[in-house]
Amino acid sequence: MIPAALESHPVRPVPRPSMGLRERVYLIEVWNGLRITSRHFFVNLWRHLRRALGFSGPPGAVTIQYPESPAMLGRRARTRHRLLKREDGTPRCVACMMCETVCPAKCIHIVAEESPVTIIEKRAKSFDIDLGLCVFCGYCVEACPVDAIRMDTGQVEMSTFSREDMVWHMDELMGDRPKKIGGN
Amino acid sequence: MSPLLAAFLKVAGALGFGLNTAAFLAWVERKQSAVIQDRIGANRASIFGWRLLGLFHILADPIKVMAKEDFEPPHALRPWHALAPAISLGFSLLCLAAFPFADGLTPLPMSAGVVFVLAMLSLGVHGVVMAGYSSGSNYSLLGGLRGAAQMISYEVSMLVSLAGALFIYGSLDLSEAARWQATHASWGVPAWGIFLQPLGFILFLTAGAAETKRIPFDLPEGESEIIGYFTEYSGMKFVMFMMNDFIESVVISALAVTLYLGAWHVPGLSLLGLPPIAAAAAGAAAFTLKVMAVLWLLMQLRWTLPRFRFDQLMHLGWKNLLPLSLLNLFVTVWAVYLLQ
Repeated sequence: MIPAALESHPVRPVPRPSMGLRERVYLIEVWNGLRITSRHFFVNLWRHLRRALGFSGPPGAVTIQYPESPAMLGRRARTRHRLLKREDGTPRCVACMMCETVCPAKCIHIVAEESPVTIIEKRAKSFDIDLGLCVFCGYCVEACPVDAIRMDTGQVEMSTFSREDMVWHMDELMGDRPKKIGGN
Repeated sequence: MSPLLAAFLKVAGALGFGLNTAAFLAWVERKQSAVIQDRIGANRASIFGWRLLGLFHILADPIKVMAKEDFEPPHALRPWHALAPAISLGFSLLCLAAFPFADGLTPLPMSAGVVFVLAMLSLGVHGVVMAGYSSGSNYSLLGGLRGAAQMISYEVSMLVSLAGALFIYGSLDLSEAARWQATHASWGVPAWGIFLQPLGFILFLTAGAAETKRIPFDLPEGESEIIGYFTEYSGMKFVMFMMNDFIESVVISALAVTLYLGAWHVPGLSLLGLPPIAAAAAGAAAFTLKVMAVLWLLMQLRWTLPRFRFDQLMHLGWKNLLPLSLLNLFVTVWAVYLLQ
């Protein structure tokens, strides 16, 4: 008898698979399990041995030894930001503040100034990204109207020992100057 | 050689065998599970840049553990809390005294070696219960009680399944059992217990795996989820409990090798012509290799099977293992009676 409250939301009974004799004896299933783990064990051991002796072949483990061998990033992975330049070498950024506005972590700080070129209204006096706050959402890249910021450097190792060093300045983001650690 | 020096060497050998194998097992556990699961396993500890497949983790871990705080909860029962790991570990180590590592090389020859080993294994349960009770924590107490219930259920079946093999050998002496297996080969097949008692071997190995308190029988411990008897232990005391599991694995493997796999006997290889020292070394090597093989199987089982539920554990122990081992014993007794 189904309660009235459940009539409108019918319950779908899910039958549990019943165990046959094979499963209930259990020893056969233990044997099958041992066969699987032992196959992995001996195949991987053989592959490790073959590679250790200098022969080529499939690796014995899927592990990536990260600091020694580079991390494998997807082509669309969002990594450390960079600022792009125009063909004449000036920064593309027009200091429209779109990225600073859209940033959910409020990690972008732009100070605008008047551009000497008449056809461009503004340019960035300073452009700082606090990577300690950044959540790598990529909204700044989407918001930018002039394609001045991208997140395609492939660099993921940015940790420092102080919060101040987590802030990247404009010239560092453009690649004019390597990131300076410890004081500005 | 003076008897005192001989006794010292025997004790040092047995203890060294147990403790070193247990430490080695800590490495084997990591590496074997890694190879099974297509991983690499711990390999970062190095000395002068040498990693040696992560073997130095055996050295690095104790250093880390000894540097840890030895915390004793304020509501713990003071002497017993500290005593529990020592009792667990001490009784497991005592078991090793009775094993015939080679023909005539038993650290403590005794006419009832099997009874001694089983008694020491049972006394080890006191450490578990004491740890659970003296920690002053309800989780620990429940873990200790689960441990006691499990040990009692499985020791009964273990003894009964061993009784079949002992009945054939006609002795409780482990060295006598080994010698019987070495001397009764027929039709080119060695008279190892595993061929005479295949069911008994499987039953014993199951009960033995339960005795070591490791997955799939790790209900007393259940580190990750259900919280066991050593919840309130830290540092070296915790590691003593952990090492105790490994040493119990060694004891169970040694018992299986002695009673079911011919101990130091290698079929087709007579050690009689060798000088005594060489024969003892060869026998000990064969014994160690066999123990390693059984340990490999136990480790493989541990990384294959999921943990039992507690009712499944009791069901398996009392309703399956015990009747089957009794049946095994009765069939063995009748067969021996009729064949004589």
